[in-house]
Amino acid sequence: MSFPQKPETKKLVYLDHAATTYMDARVQAEMLPFFSDHFANPSGLYAIGRDANGALNDARRKIAEMLHALPDSIIFTSGGTESDNLALFGVARKHAKKGKHIITSAFEHHAVLHSCEALEKEGFEVTYLKPDEHGFITPKQVHEALRDDTILVSIMYANNEVGTVEPIADIGRELLKWRKEHATPYPYFHTDACQAAGALDLDVEKLHVDLMTINGGKIYGPKGVGILYKARNISLQPIMYGGSQESNVRAGTENIAGIVGFAKALELSQESKDMENKRLIELRNYFWDKLQEKIPKIRLNGPSLGDEQMRLPNNLNVSILDVEGEALLLYLDEYGIVCSTGSACTSLSLDPSHVLLAMGLPYEYAHGSLRFTLGHTTTKEDIDYVMTYLPAIVERLREISPVNLQYDPKANTHAQYHQR
Amino acid sequence: MTTQATPKTNSDEAKIRDNQGGTWLYSNTVKEHFFNPRNILKAGEEAQYESYSKGRVGSPACGDEMVLWLKIDPETEKIIDCKWQTFGCGSAIASTSMLSVMLLENGGMTIDAALKIKPQDIMRRLEGLPNRKIHCSVLGDKALQAAINDWFRITGKHDRVITQGAKVIDPILHITDHDIEEVVLEGAKTLEEVQKKLKVGVASPESIPEIEQLIRFYSEKYYGGE
Repeated sequence: MSFPQKPETKKLVYLDHAATTYMDARVQAEMLPFFSDHFANPSGLYAIGRDANGALNDARRKIAEMLHALPDSIIFTSGGTESDNLALFGVARKHAKKGKHIITSAFEHHAVLHSCEALEKEGFEVTYLKPDEHGFITPKQVHEALRDDTILVSIMYANNEVGTVEPIADIGRELLKWRKEHATPYPYFHTDACQAAGALDLDVEKLHVDLMTINGGKIYGPKGVGILYKARNISLQPIMYGGSQESNVRAGTENIAGIVGFAKALELSQESKDMENKRLIELRNYFWDKLQEKIPKIRLNGPSLGDEQMRLPNNLNVSILDVEGEALLLYLDEYGIVCSTGSACTSLSLDPSHVLLAMGLPYEYAHGSLRFTLGHTTTKEDIDYVMTYLPAIVERLREISPVNLQYDPKANTHAQYHQR
Repeated sequence: MTTQATPKTNSDEAKIRDNQGGTWLYSNTVKEHFFNPRNILKAGEEAQYESYSKGRVGSPACGDEMVLWLKIDPETEKIIDCKWQTFGCGSAIASTSMLSVMLLENGGMTIDAALKIKPQDIMRRLEGLPNRKIHCSVLGDKALQAAINDWFRITGKHDRVITQGAKVIDPILHITDHDIEEVVLEGAKTLEEVQKKLKVGVASPESIPEIEQLIRFYSEKYYGGE
């Protein structure tokens, strides 16, 4: 295969929307007045302070409506990581007397996993549920892990690497049943919905969650702002101390511009999600068809490409055998194609993706994994552009690779190893 | 930082973001060798190099695998041809490519000189590698040693085969100083991090002072004692 020429003008094809999104212009327009015109501290009793407080409360009310919740159950934070930390440390430390057991999954975001590891050092016990090969956690698994001293269950709404959508409502119902049978308010149920917020229903009544994390930087809103939904009856121990903002749970002058932007972004993404999901599913499936057609020995990681109840519409995660993910990434970057990999070479620990490993994917598959996440600007032309280069890049890297794994699409086991 | 050249900042250098929020830089030399690797042996052409001595290290499960083929002149003991294949990241490919260039320049290096090549020498020629990538250049060095050992065996010079005298540190788990060297190269810097990967000393706490000493020694060797 002759190597395709670089385009004359450098093109950018951004396929890493799960990492973060650019901001929607309508969100930016909404935010702008709050940087220098309406700059006042919402705690101020004077008119301009009251105005700022009004904007804050409008945003809070708008978000609460979209979540089918009460306004005072919305806590503004600095993003997904803080919301996850507040949910985990906040519940654990406040309710430790009731029990010291937490249930989560082995492939949560590090904001949850590393918080759990820190809590283990504080004397809590954590059960890490192992997802199946497609990344699903079942209500039955959660039920079997429940104990009398379980105070919190934290399961992500959708996985960031492989896009698996977890049966949150079913798990929620299972927990409601347990609480009723045991006449206890525990365990509380937290879900990290950062990846899901742009594509899925966020009604906390339907989901049966008590705590939910969402951030702005994944829904075409501003980075550095997020929320933790917290059911009214739950009390949390703060993780930072200061003023009495956010009902004494989260101190610090409110990031009004960010909060206003977040509310707008959530509104826009919830409004457009049905149409956008349909569009992205079509594009994503087209992409996968092309990849399979042009690249031998390629494997789909995560659940099958069903509807948005199964897998996030924008997510495609594949393993390309005999080549290494970081080398692929570096090559793609040269052509302006941006995506991410679960390869060890891009992590500090030099271990491959904990998500892929938790799903039982062999190491040699995880090292060659690529995650493409599509979004607002992605077009069919973008996918065709990627397909102009990716097969040639794979061929070139395979040419210099001493590895020749035999691929069995059915077996999710270690590939048969052939030495040259 | 005493053991590696500091990469120059230049807008052409590849900036890669890792999945934990950091960035690192590849020098232009690394990029050049990555996109235009020298002396490669294309997959499928292995049969033509049957007569060469061969060294293989790593595995696809580790994320890196290298094979090095050498043709050595028995009279002068100079390396007169060198081919390679690498499965691995950008710096693994660039390191092997640079190593092959170093072996062949000026009419070929003698095997005695080649055996003295240290990972740092390859890194210096590449204008530096990010700390966590030093691992990759060490693999090249090990593939070279394996290929030269192969030649010693083929030519009946068994007395010259280099065997690394590994010292057992943890008698219960049979963990050697080489195992500790490996995990330090993989990025472990504290006893806790080493134990997370190896469980060394957990069952034999009396070996812990020696383990800590080795961690310090290898950290200094590869990372300049930061």
